[in-house]
Amino acid sequence: MGSKRPDRREFLKGGAALAGGFTLGAVAPAIAQTPAGQTPAHGEFIKGSKELIAYGERSRFVTSVRIPHGGRPSPDAFGLVFHVATPLQDSVGVITPSSLHYVATTRGSFIPDIDPREHRLLIHGMVDRPLTFTMEDLKRLPSVTRLHFIECAGNRSTPKAKNVQETHGMTSCAEWTGVLLSTLLKECGVKGGASWFVAEGAEEVKGASSMPLAKALDDVIVAYGMNGEPVRPQQGFPLRLLVPGFEGIFSTKYLRRIKLVDQYYMNYNDYGHLRQDAKETALGYQVGPKSVITFPSAGQQLPGKGFYEISGLAWSGGGVIRRVEVSTDGGRRWNDAEIRGTVARMAHTRFAYQWNWDGKETELQSRCFDELGQVQPSRAQVAKFFNVPLGEVPGLDNTIQPWRIASDGSVKNGLA
Amino acid sequence: MGSHRFLACVLLLGGLLLEASVLAQSSTYGVGRTPSAEEIRAWDISIGPDGAELPPGRGTAKDGAQLYVEKGCAACHGKMGREGRAPNLKGTADPKTDTWERGRILPIRSPFATTVWDYINRAMPLNREGTLTADEVYALTAFLLYINDVIPEDQILDAQSLPKVKMPIGDAYASLPEWKPKTRRLRGYPY
Repeated sequence: MGSKRPDRREFLKGGAALAGGFTLGAVAPAIAQTPAGQTPAHGEFIKGSKELIAYGERSRFVTSVRIPHGGRPSPDAFGLVFHVATPLQDSVGVITPSSLHYVATTRGSFIPDIDPREHRLLIHGMVDRPLTFTMEDLKRLPSVTRLHFIECAGNRSTPKAKNVQETHGMTSCAEWTGVLLSTLLKECGVKGGASWFVAEGAEEVKGASSMPLAKALDDVIVAYGMNGEPVRPQQGFPLRLLVPGFEGIFSTKYLRRIKLVDQYYMNYNDYGHLRQDAKETALGYQVGPKSVITFPSAGQQLPGKGFYEISGLAWSGGGVIRRVEVSTDGGRRWNDAEIRGTVARMAHTRFAYQWNWDGKETELQSRCFDELGQVQPSRAQVAKFFNVPLGEVPGLDNTIQPWRIASDGSVKNGLA
Repeated sequence: MGSHRFLACVLLLGGLLLEASVLAQSSTYGVGRTPSAEEIRAWDISIGPDGAELPPGRGTAKDGAQLYVEKGCAACHGKMGREGRAPNLKGTADPKTDTWERGRILPIRSPFATTVWDYINRAMPLNREGTLTADEVYALTAFLLYINDVIPEDQILDAQSLPKVKMPIGDAYASLPEWKPKTRRLRGYPY
């Protein structure tokens, strides 16, 4: 009989404000059993508005935002967008909200404002039947919905980085919906001898990349949906390529054309992948196994010793994450982490590890293993393998990120 | 009797296989529209190493030098391809120096002259992309190759001569990996 319930008249009178008060009453101790203790003071509720009813927004107390990455401002004086990083330190689960998904443009681009009714995808080159698809056409075809991360090749930790947004914020994970490129290529009929394809965007520079045809036939998605709604303009509205596990630049935005060819075309973006050493070229395609602890991470503060669930993300261009390990003593001993929630190929995978902090200075690290048996390396392991100076990492940097916990509970970048 | 059944099976199987291969050749859903050859040509701006997609037109370094100023290239890339806000387009090292030591300069490091043409055509000038004529792109390509000692000043570049230009890098660049599904990113590399 301890809990007091507001009567129906009060409930109707209070409207939206009482929805909060009701929950409070159910858990409040007997001492709060006064009308004042149960009813939020006037003004402490979110008034409905036409806009909020039409398209919701987060609480004003949630302030997590993206930041320009790599020292170049976005937007710049001309309204151009360059690289923008995701606030991984505040992330939970595996999906990055569309509004917080990282953004990268090759040269600092205007974001094109494309009318989807006018947009066309042309597939041609070494095919039996070149075809043009409207957005309506594409939505008629069998679709897939898959979780995939996209990571920029510039997602490289440095000793100067102050938090996980700066060290790792150029990766994000979303649920993508669209038609498999293999479905479209079947419609067109692939000619014998075709071995590469060029994908091209509709933005002002018509960004283009060459990719192996084997990838197109495997798992590439021509995506129009992202996290349950149309792909956002910063992500390529109305249509983008999603090339699972490859460096982000291959996931061509504003996709307007796919051409099947019989040789590497060396168009626009491809020139940046040119290397002297075959090893480095190979490492410029598929992303290696990579993980990072998002809590606790640099810039955060532990209030004191005691229990913490360490939480982080793991992903790999090689497929599914099979195992994640966490070290709470600077990499001397490694412990199996638990996998939380959904595990999907080339998708962020959430891991957790239960930790009792004794209040002493220490270092946290994580490393992961993928379905191909690839292991996330330390910087020392990479330096030894390639016989290069410590910190030099060929291809996309997938090395272990250390976070240093000081005895006052402050967390700092262990590379510093 | 057994052999008859066997023969029937073989015939049936053969028929199914034939059916399957015919199906694989035709479209499954009948969705999408066939573009005209004209439409494809208008959109097809990807220039491959053999230059098959190059449009008619021609230009020399001399024409290019003038266009380089007129079209605003010099304003961003510097008067002679150096010291501008945009990337350098001219190397300073002795042309005999190893190409990889000469910096990341497109008209020097690119393995194909067609890549230079493709780049200018699709992505330049800044904010006025797609406004250059084919003649202008040939001329600007010739200018950039000339100031880097790749071609002589009077060489005419067109759809036939451009793909034949010998670039300084030759074949001294890494070949591309043969990517296959479910394979590690680099053979022998455990990470």
